[in-house]
Amino acid sequence: MSLAAVAASTATTTAAETNGFLSPTGVEIAFLLVGLVTLGGAVVTVTTKQLVHAALWLVVTLGGLAVEYLLLTAEFIAWVQVLIYVGSVVVLLLFGLMLTKAPIGRSPDADSGNRWAALAVAIAAATALVWVVVDAFRTTWIDLDGAAAGSTEANGKALFQNWVLPFEALSVLLLAALVGAIVLSRKAAAARPTGSAAPGKQPSGTAPATSSDEQPSRQGKEGAR
Amino acid sequence: MHLAYPAVLSALLFCTGLYGVLARRNAILVLMSVELMLNAVNLNLVAFDVWLSKTAQDTLHSGQALTLFTIAIAAAEVGIGLAIVLAVYRNRGTSDIDKLRDTAETGDGSDDGHDASESAASTTAEKAEATA
Repeated sequence: MSLAAVAASTATTTAAETNGFLSPTGVEIAFLLVGLVTLGGAVVTVTTKQLVHAALWLVVTLGGLAVEYLLLTAEFIAWVQVLIYVGSVVVLLLFGLMLTKAPIGRSPDADSGNRWAALAVAIAAATALVWVVVDAFRTTWIDLDGAAAGSTEANGKALFQNWVLPFEALSVLLLAALVGAIVLSRKAAAARPTGSAAPGKQPSGTAPATSSDEQPSRQGKEGAR
Repeated sequence: MHLAYPAVLSALLFCTGLYGVLARRNAILVLMSVELMLNAVNLNLVAFDVWLSKTAQDTLHSGQALTLFTIAIAAAEVGIGLAIVLAVYRNRGTSDIDKLRDTAETGDGSDDGHDASESAASTTAEKAEATA
């Protein structure tokens, strides 16, 4: 294995020397363009003030990543990405947004006060990571010719020959997550009758005037129920 | 394709998600940023698996198998996370992370008086809700 890796690394090094960064192939140009769209979608996702637009730009980012998987010849992962992320995760996030807050228009409190510290941390991490990664893998070349590395056949063989036990454990984890989500929702539903009996008593003595920014909204919500 | 292209894109996406986790205030936007970070890791895994499967002989396709596991776990994480956020929103009327400070240590000196009084008010309201 190590001998093969050494031989392979020398082979890739020579392949990378014949293919410089200044003469990109068509796949690389496509990867760069889709990568720019993906990164732009990600940046808009974390900076926009409109919450629903953030979820919709997340669709652009995840779809762009699916195209990147296709360009890396990982077809199965690409379609799983489209099905699970674009199909279900984004819909779940949109449901969550609409259930917690119906954000019509801009919400100016989307960013917290420490966004400049966050920006500094992110830029420092990006600089360090990009520097290290470029320095380490400057000469490494992915050979995309030949049979697809991530076809459904290859993935299925690997998954059901070598990764059966993690696969089954994952199904147990999904079951546990399903049960957990149901339990979390049901506990709130069971606590609701006592909560709805509260508002007649709540504002009388126990709620001080200092929390006036939070209490009316809660009671309005309870009353709406 | 140079391995540097997907690796750099993955690093940049990860740092974008990092900024979102640190700077966002809404809990669901934080979950979205966590998804961005997980996707960056997935891109890294797929790129290195494709590179390794073309250079080495027996690779078990571990990168792509791990990517599938990560996608499934991320889906479960989003489901549980949204259930928690919705439960918190039902109890508190907000999904603002900066306002969920009940377990924060305010200290003896109480340099932030408004925050301490607000948390005390919320705990008394919570007790009233529990006793009612």
